[in-house]
Amino acid sequence: MFVVAIGVLITRSPGWDEVKETFFNWDVFKDSFPEIAEAFLLNVKIFLIAEIFILVFALMLAVLRSLRGPAFFPLRALAVVYADFFRGVPTILVIAVLGFGAPALQLEGVPTDVVFWGIVSLVLVYTAYVSEVYRAGIESVHPSQDAAARSLGLTHGQSLRFVVLPQAVRRVIPPLLNDFIGLQKDTALVGTLGAVEAFNQSQIDASATFNYTPYLAAAVLFVAITIPLARFTDWLVARDRRRQLAAAGR
Amino acid sequence: MSDALLVDGVRKSFGKLEVLRGIDLALAEHEVVCLIGASGSGKSTLLRCVNLLEPVDAGRIVVAGEQITGRGVNVNRVRRRIGIVFQAFNLFPHMSVLRNVTLAPREVLGRSRQEAEAAALELLARFGLADKAREYPDRLSGGQQQRVAIVRALAMQPDLMLLDEVTSALDPELVAEVLAVIRELAEGGMTMLIATHEMSFARDIADRVCFLDDGVILEQGPPGQMFGAPREERTRQFLQRIVQAGRL
Repeated sequence: MFVVAIGVLITRSPGWDEVKETFFNWDVFKDSFPEIAEAFLLNVKIFLIAEIFILVFALMLAVLRSLRGPAFFPLRALAVVYADFFRGVPTILVIAVLGFGAPALQLEGVPTDVVFWGIVSLVLVYTAYVSEVYRAGIESVHPSQDAAARSLGLTHGQSLRFVVLPQAVRRVIPPLLNDFIGLQKDTALVGTLGAVEAFNQSQIDASATFNYTPYLAAAVLFVAITIPLARFTDWLVARDRRRQLAAAGR
Repeated sequence: MSDALLVDGVRKSFGKLEVLRGIDLALAEHEVVCLIGASGSGKSTLLRCVNLLEPVDAGRIVVAGEQITGRGVNVNRVRRRIGIVFQAFNLFPHMSVLRNVTLAPREVLGRSRQEAEAAALELLARFGLADKAREYPDRLSGGQQQRVAIVRALAMQPDLMLLDEVTSALDPELVAEVLAVIRELAEGGMTMLIATHEMSFARDIADRVCFLDDGVILEQGPPGQMFGAPREERTRQFLQRIVQAGRL
């Protein structure tokens, strides 16, 4: 009902014809789509490379934070400061500082490729988020599981590896996928450094044609990836809930 | 010959609450000792201290002549020799029964997969669980889960077993099968320290019964004396409540 009302309001508006022409132009869409789709492959590449590093580093960070005892206090503190800092700073600022700053140092052996620095930035920021997800998972595993493992003579590390982490990771797969969706969208921020990914390519096309339809083409591409990912996440959550209910009902 | 287990003046507090207020207890090899007493009297805490899951505040614990409390003790090595079974089973839910039982022999003792699995299957068969080896814990009844937990502890070939109210979380009809397993262990000569609410079982199986009250062992003796003619007024009151509840 509401949607219909908005639709009517927009299509009856005085500027609609012009907006329709500049945002929803089918010919422009057709022309720009292949180019943007090709540029979108870079987004996918950035996403996939960043994701692997994020999953590994975030797990390491979460494990650091789970270490007990005064001996590990400096490591724990470092992990907390890291997570707080990179969750607090806007992603686009990290990308700008590293993407423009690091190559400008002109250091021997330091890559000047903006895509490289874009990936580094995304890894830094998302590692902070994902480590929190892992940490929640680790804390959700009841201490009695660790006690049972330790009572059999397993070391703290072995208990983590064989008993705690496998259960923790299984539980946090849905929220992890949620963060993946965010990451997939944020790959567009690397375009601000000049990398020709989907968003940047659509910007180039838009200014060449004086028409904003290419943005729509880019949006379609992002949504084509993120919506299936979101549905898959929902399905996993629902499946887990069913299993829990089934287990509780026994 | 030294005691299988010696607990000497052990004290343990959680914050301001002093749960163990000087426990002295010795177990000879092959001896089965039952700890009885009200909830909160310190039975579980004592067992957790013996397994070093809780550090003691004072006193010492000696296992087969080796002091296990204090600095520089390799807790992982100590725990290999002491099996513990918990009230809530604490099986690993993401592993099959066989993997639950073989995890520690393989990772801690470095046994090969074949060797560990052969030994595990033999133990499982001995306790009537051979057909459950490939199942996951949530497919088993409480009694079966607890028997698996006992097998898991036994797979490390411990010198001493600690049982912490292992039947308290079970439906009444499943208690007997778990008690039968413990009885078999006792007959096999396993040294055991058992915290339990099952008084008739304690009377049956124990060489000695200890009554814990407010963090100390108030009275101990052979089951006939403890259940028949307790000396302490507090012991009598406790047993009377048990009888009134129809548990003895």
